Amino acid sequence: MKLGGFLLLLSGWGIVIAALALLHGHMVAPFIYAGFAVEILGLVLVFRGHLPGREDAA
Amino acid sequence: MNLDGQVSFALALMFILLVPFAIAGLALINTGLGRSRSAAHAMTTALCVVAVAILVYFICGFAMQGSGNAQTFPPEPKTEPQLFLHGIRWGSLSSMSVLLWIEAAGLASLIPLGAASDRWRLGPACASTALFSACTFPVFARLSQGLWVAGGQIHDPGGSGIINVSGGLTALAVAWLLGPRSGKYSANGMPAAIPAHNGVFVLFGCLLAWVGWIGLNAAGAIVNSALPSSEISARSVLAILNTTVAAAAAALTAAITTRIRFRRPDASLIANGWMAGLVASSAGCATLKPATAILTGIIAGVLVVISVEWFELHLKVDDPCGSVSVHAVCGLWGLLAAGIFVGSAGQFTAQMVGIATLLGLIFPLTYGLNWLLNRFIWYRVSPDGERQGLDLHELGADAYPEFVVHSDEFLQR
Repeated sequence: MKLGGFLLLLSGWGIVIAALALLHGHMVAPFIYAGFAVEILGLVLVFRGHLPGREDAA
Repeated sequence: MNLDGQVSFALALMFILLVPFAIAGLALINTGLGRSRSAAHAMTTALCVVAVAILVYFICGFAMQGSGNAQTFPPEPKTEPQLFLHGIRWGSLSSMSVLLWIEAAGLASLIPLGAASDRWRLGPACASTALFSACTFPVFARLSQGLWVAGGQIHDPGGSGIINVSGGLTALAVAWLLGPRSGKYSANGMPAAIPAHNGVFVLFGCLLAWVGWIGLNAAGAIVNSALPSSEISARSVLAILNTTVAAAAAALTAAITTRIRFRRPDASLIANGWMAGLVASSAGCATLKPATAILTGIIAGVLVVISVEWFELHLKVDDPCGSVSVHAVCGLWGLLAAGIFVGSAGQFTAQMVGIATLLGLIFPLTYGLNWLLNRFIWYRVSPDGERQGLDLHELGADAYPEFVVHSDEFLQR
């Protein structure tokens, strides 16, 4: 779960950077927020993975 | 250099000289909130960690970060510094940014110590700081100079993100890797209150940090914002005012919140509130109006109290000094507030890119580096060493040799 969470964090950042690099105008912001939402999901997984009793989930 | 340039140089230098007070304040806060049997160790580690951060940043951190156009006023053509600061034109205004960044690296490196209090060995703390100062800190500093969004660049002259969030996220990673102090959580997961050993250190540390943060934010507003000379005096006054009112509002809000929540004001949470206000004010110190800086402080004061409780009770993160809540959570809020209250959609999006970079790149990076280092050099002190106290175990001498060392009578069995 921890690894999955960190991968989602990196994926979210990848979406943000891809939006900055590839898109222009009004399309940039929605993709940045979408990437941010993916990162929030990743954070939730990372926190859940670190709760006591869930170490085996790593 | 013309007269305006000389005045700007003198002002920036004066503010930069105040920044070590922030380092001293944070070291005192970390020491006071820890236990008496690890007090000398906490101060010694703080000194060693700052020394490592400064030297590593001098050797390779600044080269990794790159100079960037925005660090000089007026902006100069980009010149990339190399290892050992080769390529820096000494005596120029841009050389002052090196001073500020070195002090910033020292300040950021202290933040993880608060979360790792009473259980992190000296050697691994220094090794982790070397990685932080050589990699994590400069990577975000470099990216934040280059991530432009239509309508703005990440705005963070005082270092809410670069200094505080990067340090706070490293603190969270280290706290997870170390695990809680022995006796902190009972078998059913309820946390025990392990009280601060010296409240006076903590509260005096807050006042020292205030002086340091004034220097940090005002110097950052001058050096990192590439302002024209005519605006420098006005912006530095605004930065000082915003820093001060945000901290005041946050401390009072934390006092009121703890009074409502726990029926009496809590000294350590009020101190955390004060620090949260300083941290949250840093990103928007040179652009926010004082009224919005107060609002930023009020929200930071509430946020830090809720966050400290949430991390301890629900997320089971043992963070004795509240470093994650103060520096990571309130630093993120500071970055967001600078985007919200400036009132431009482009600037808000730029701030969101900064937050996304911190969470999506810097957090996995710092966690991964510390996880790897922990495989080679075990971070945590042995159970015997923890019981004995890090002063005796690692340094061979107590901070307070004439005091009677008390037992763990307040810990849950």
